[in-house]
Amino acid sequence: MSEPDVLAPAADVGGPQQPLLEVRAMSKHFPVRGGFLGRAGVVRAVDDVSFSVDKGEVLGIVGESGCGKSTTARLVIGLIQPDAGSIILDGEKLGAALSLRDLRRRVQMVFQDSYASLNPRLTIEASIAFGPIIHGISSSEARERAHDLLRKVGLDPATFADRYPHELSGGQRQRVNIARALALSPRLVLLDEAVSALDKSVEAQVLNLLIDLKQDLGLTYVFISHDLNVVRFISDRVLVMYLGEVVETGPVEALWQDARHPYTRALLAAMPSLDPDNRTKEAPIAGDPPNPINPPSGCRFHTRCAFAESVCSERSPALFATGNDRHTAACHMVDPASGHSKAGQSFARELQNA
Amino acid sequence: MSVVADDIVRIATVDKARGYWATVFRRLSRDKVAVVCASIILLIALAAILAPYLGLASPYTGSMIRRLRWIGTPGYPLGTDELGRDMVARLIYGGRLSLFLGLAPVVLAFLIGTTLGVMAGYLGGFVNQAIMRVVDVFYAFPSVLLAIAISGALGAGIVNSIVSLTIVFIPPVVRVSESVTTSVRSLDFVDAARASGAGPLTIMRVHVLGNVLGPIFVYSTSLISVCMILASGLSFLGLGTKPPEPEWGLMLNTLRTAIYVNPWVAALPGAMIFIVSICFNLLSDGMRSAMDVRA
Repeated sequence: MSEPDVLAPAADVGGPQQPLLEVRAMSKHFPVRGGFLGRAGVVRAVDDVSFSVDKGEVLGIVGESGCGKSTTARLVIGLIQPDAGSIILDGEKLGAALSLRDLRRRVQMVFQDSYASLNPRLTIEASIAFGPIIHGISSSEARERAHDLLRKVGLDPATFADRYPHELSGGQRQRVNIARALALSPRLVLLDEAVSALDKSVEAQVLNLLIDLKQDLGLTYVFISHDLNVVRFISDRVLVMYLGEVVETGPVEALWQDARHPYTRALLAAMPSLDPDNRTKEAPIAGDPPNPINPPSGCRFHTRCAFAESVCSERSPALFATGNDRHTAACHMVDPASGHSKAGQSFARELQNA
Repeated sequence: MSVVADDIVRIATVDKARGYWATVFRRLSRDKVAVVCASIILLIALAAILAPYLGLASPYTGSMIRRLRWIGTPGYPLGTDELGRDMVARLIYGGRLSLFLGLAPVVLAFLIGTTLGVMAGYLGGFVNQAIMRVVDVFYAFPSVLLAIAISGALGAGIVNSIVSLTIVFIPPVVRVSESVTTSVRSLDFVDAARASGAGPLTIMRVHVLGNVLGPIFVYSTSLISVCMILASGLSFLGLGTKPPEPEWGLMLNTLRTAIYVNPWVAALPGAMIFIVSICFNLLSDGMRSAMDVRA
């Protein structure tokens, strides 16, 4: 019996210094059919996105709806095929050293809609055991594993194993979804708005469960959400997306204290304040994001940016290190050589005076 | 007290452990119309199956002197046909072929159509186009015309009429199963299964079939009545069964000549077709609502 135990977590390859996940220059453009003459254009859902996730960290991804957060997650797990770019998991490139089947065992995903992501005709137990069974585990062993996982996510197997999804509450269902995602002992779990549909008290319980599981099982999370408070609570680093591009990335506190990109500032300012003396008086940015079919030239944010100058509509800014550790922003004002009139100035002060 | 509490807990757990189909059956058994219709169908089917053991007169031997007796004639409760054969025996024996011709094509079309439709809906792309465009070609013909054309080309006979009726009923089943599958395919649990590394066949079998079979099954049940009428029509035109075989459609045809002599007896095969069809339709309606289990 030299058969490797497929349920054991995959061994670490590159040591703690090597990022668990590296995404390089990934793009996905969806063709849009319009009119009767066929293709009207492409939606640049994800455009040249690169990022990495360290072992054991939580990377938060934030942005408005339609900015490509979920598409990014689906690309990483191979549910949709990227048009360009590469995915590297612990040093192994997908398609070369790493097969899609292996990637899907090491990376799992929890979806937002807890009801739609469980098969209504399968019992909870069968849903959780499905993954291990198709990876060659005997059904009795898979059943046992399902019970273990139910206990891990705080559901009593005796009560819940034989139930159907519609007999559970939203929070219970999301716990089942988490158990299902853990059934293949993944190293990385993508949480796509995993707590957004839950009410606040249940959300807090599930968040605490996620933190406990991460510590117990040595997991790494990519946490996608539009809820900035939740992202700040759970994340180590944050990635801000706008119209399919990464506009800023950095450690969560650095970003909250000293955001460099005007869009990030605007997002943070849009958070409702809990302090009645410090109310948010008006929306910091006006309007909706531009149509991603024909995104604005240059910096995609220049149509809504208070600091936009001619250079912003001419050249697209690259991610530029701010000097702070691992904090980068794609704004001409950060790059002293960009030609923007405010380039290189202390941006935080500039914004406060504005 | 604690004994009662234990019992309540046990009953509650038993109830929870019931599967989906058990729930559907329980709900269906509360639907009076569905229960009555199911009983009528069951009764007719049982009578047809057990016909040789019911002590009936022979459905083949007639008598020239006892032709077209009225309903209620002593010894012939439902009268006799144009060749003096007992109508009770003819109708019950006729149910064997009529029910078979009503069910067999639908069952075959259900199996073939579901397979094609689920494949088209789940795989999408080229497979979908290939299957659905071929289906569209068949769909373009009116079903009666298509059945007559295929039967006419293949020649008369029971097997040929089953083949032609199956071909007629595959396109609508494919259409329904394709559209149900397309809506199920976009649900997150299918993505979750793909993300677990399952192949398309496993996903179709475990995750798609269970969720699409219900609606397709209900739809197919409603086809049984249409199929019975079409099969009767084929026999009526001489493309299905041949005399002296008892079959409701054929009986309706041969008794047609006697409609001015004895209209009540002539209408009996039609009444049987009507009763069985409407029972199948009402039963499928009942199943549709019983299957709509949404918590």
